[in-house]
Amino acid sequence: MDNDSIDQIIDKQRGKPGSLIQVLMEIQDKNQWLPREALEKVSEKLEVPLSRVLRIATFYKTFKLIPEGRHKIHICTGTACHVRGAQRVLDTVQDLTGIKPGETDPDLKFSLETVNCLGCCTLGPVLEIDGKTFGKAAPAEIADELKKYE
Amino acid sequence: MARISSVAELEELRKDILSKREPGKPWIAFCGGIGCLCLGNDRVISAFAEEIRKQSLEAKVGLRMTGCHGFCEKGPSVVIYPEEVCYLEVTPEDVPEIIAQTVVGKKVIDRLVYTDPKTGEKAAHLFEIPFYRNQTRFLIGNNPRINPRSIDDYLAAGGYSALAKALFEMSPEQVLAEIKKANLRGRGGGGFPAGLKWETARNAPGEEKYVIVNAHEGEPGAFMDRALFTGNPHCVLEGLIIGAYAIGAHQGFIYTRHDNPQLRENIDIALAQAKEYGLLGENILGSGFNFNVEVHLDIGIFVSGESSALMRSIEGKAPEPRPKYIRTSVSGIWEKPSNLNNVETWANVPMIINKGSAWYAGIGTERSKGTKLISLSGKVCNTGVVEVPLGTPLKEIVYGIGGGIPNGKKLKAVHFGGPMGGSLPESLIDTPLDFDALAKLGAPMGAGAMLVIDEDTCMVDLARHFLEFLAGESCGKCVPCREGIRQMLKILTRITKGKGKEGDLELLEELAGVTREAALCALGRSAPNPFLSTLKYFRDEYEAHIKEKRCPALSCKELSASGGAKKNE
Amino acid sequence: MSEIIIQIDGRDVAAREGMTILEAAQTAGITIPTLCHHEKLEPYGACRICTVEIENRGRTRLVAACLYPVEKDLVVRTRSEKVDRIRKVILELLLAHAPEATELQVLAKEYGADKDRFEKESSFCILCGLCVRYCAEVKKKHAVGFVDRGTGREISFIPEIASRECWNCKECFPLCPTEALQAAYVLTEALISSSPSFKLEAEE
Repeated sequence: MDNDSIDQIIDKQRGKPGSLIQVLMEIQDKNQWLPREALEKVSEKLEVPLSRVLRIATFYKTFKLIPEGRHKIHICTGTACHVRGAQRVLDTVQDLTGIKPGETDPDLKFSLETVNCLGCCTLGPVLEIDGKTFGKAAPAEIADELKKYE
Repeated sequence: MARISSVAELEELRKDILSKREPGKPWIAFCGGIGCLCLGNDRVISAFAEEIRKQSLEAKVGLRMTGCHGFCEKGPSVVIYPEEVCYLEVTPEDVPEIIAQTVVGKKVIDRLVYTDPKTGEKAAHLFEIPFYRNQTRFLIGNNPRINPRSIDDYLAAGGYSALAKALFEMSPEQVLAEIKKANLRGRGGGGFPAGLKWETARNAPGEEKYVIVNAHEGEPGAFMDRALFTGNPHCVLEGLIIGAYAIGAHQGFIYTRHDNPQLRENIDIALAQAKEYGLLGENILGSGFNFNVEVHLDIGIFVSGESSALMRSIEGKAPEPRPKYIRTSVSGIWEKPSNLNNVETWANVPMIINKGSAWYAGIGTERSKGTKLISLSGKVCNTGVVEVPLGTPLKEIVYGIGGGIPNGKKLKAVHFGGPMGGSLPESLIDTPLDFDALAKLGAPMGAGAMLVIDEDTCMVDLARHFLEFLAGESCGKCVPCREGIRQMLKILTRITKGKGKEGDLELLEELAGVTREAALCALGRSAPNPFLSTLKYFRDEYEAHIKEKRCPALSCKELSASGGAKKNE
Repeated sequence: MSEIIIQIDGRDVAAREGMTILEAAQTAGITIPTLCHHEKLEPYGACRICTVEIENRGRTRLVAACLYPVEKDLVVRTRSEKVDRIRKVILELLLAHAPEATELQVLAKEYGADKDRFEKESSFCILCGLCVRYCAEVKKKHAVGFVDRGTGREISFIPEIASRECWNCKECFPLCPTEALQAAYVLTEALISSSPSFKLEAEE
């Protein structure tokens, strides 16, 4: 991510309460992850100690401090999905992609993450690929779906 | 849009909006709730638009994208007005037939209406379907009738009349007295009387005060606040403005998650429209009362919904709770009196002001008044957003509305309140939905996530699951919560793997006791609840795991394979 | 500031408005154990070892003495069966991290805490935050901070700042009740000296 776009994001938010979180969210939205240099720049420009920037950046699961894969798989392990077999969904995806939650494969194809509740408990078990939600996920369908991603 | 500067102008505008609506004109309401969209309602909507265009019916048929209708299990849901014919599990292929038969021909298509699986009885209209019929939908009932992005729809349904009444016919003290008399209790989890909270903030010293909508909804299994706020944002906003007037606040905050774009857009649009009409901003409706609202988005983890943590977050700090030895109603955001209520609590306010506290207090039980939104999920036939009067027996929710347990399985328990709540066994299914009755039994209602559990779920594993959730979603600041959860999780994990030992339960109980008594915030103090309630009602399952290395629900992988489990099969 | 009389362990103690129970107790020479408290720092309330029992307006509650402000007619009990049990379990939870820490051992003896009750943890740190808060509040350097959340929470030096500030300061070292802080620093130092982008102050 280039310095100018980071500057633009910071200038837009400067002076607002809570601007640190908003700035990090926008950088992450644009860049998919938060490189160390970007955090240093945010610290310098918002005049927030780097330790506080790192604290916020590591406090939330949403913020990524390492590069992400091209496709993001989120598996809901919230309670409703848990009782409806989220573990089977997770096992299937782990088998098919060879990665565990929090990991990205070496080809940067998939990143896998468990999430707590996507708010569509009525469709559980739920998984989300690149923002698209799949309800009542069955292992065979998941395998078919994952084949579609490059 | 012109700015409205008096009640007379508001009523004139309302009349004008209503006069432009032809009473007999058919219009089609699509559920835009998260469940229906996941099930492909977007394709259904496009098919309708396409078909209407093809048949040149644009002038004769209205289309309306609404918020969640409630019956998520059977989505995509489409309701055809004025008859309120409700079609479920609609596909794009059904669309031409629906237009020809129902919209134009006024005939009901049998195969698309709800059929009761037990009696085979058909229900063509929304109000006849048992899932809806057995509810009392004061708050969520307007969802199918309102486009959340149209303030005119809300005005047509009588919106902002409570605000006009409060501002011009009542003093702030009278509004406060009304809320106190109605005994409105906070819907976010604590059940604390909203009127008393408002009064504390009102009487707290200082000119600057804040009101906040907690729309964080971090409780797993809870989705009713999103359904209400996304589907009818003005009703929450109207309640907030009335509350601000009663408390003497001129600045409000809406705290919500940034991962729900639809909610975010609907809130932004609602605020902009209200501002344009002069229902928000300076000199509201010409009353001299000023009030502005700011939206604060967060990525939130579970602890961010705790009120003091939420306020730290609005200040731009790490969302760590602080001890409430001084209440946030006295010293909250930037140490100013800050009154926080959840989405559903605010949404109750316009109704109380319009219909009066006496009417409101007539609904519910002696100490729990009004209706309650419930997110019904888990092993139940009809999942979705449910609204019932407080005091409704749980049995009625599971069977009358929820349609019972699918696949011929037996009900084992209902769990309330997510990771801070508790489970009740099937034998207590006649318990009323009541703040105090549920708390007394160890299953506090929380925000209203109600999870139905059948015989296939292991209660030990459920308690473990909640602690695993909290291990990653607490802030980690105080020792009893962080270390207590860490050790309880370790022991429970061991038990579910068949490595439980004599004395484990006593150790867990001691840890639970200390965490409950000594943790810094409500999250930590409630963290042991799921364990304590499952131990109370399902001790035999714990003992089977520890003593016989057997999982009675055949759900713990390591145990199902063991000799003990096989004997049971 | 007006004077308030409160009762601690049966004794009348004079306190100023705005004082915490802990401060009032200290002025009267009554000991309440603490692990995360430091007089130069803002009250933190994380270790909960200072939990005491209070009685006010007929209600009995457990509160953190380092945070709870004194109020008229407050009755405080610094020891009771409940308080002692809480302190014992808190110590046992912390001893799983730092079984050798002297401060913890002394308290463990007092409260009968068993250092082997829980399985040992890999981190020595008990997250009292003294180093983090001292560096931020007193030194205003922010060279060490918290990262992560929940049970994953840790302290971490920021190499960029540590390389400039820590060598000649190290004022946080004696504050640490365990060996965790020095271990974290040694690790950071290794990182700094192996990376060409950082230069230790001392080498200049």
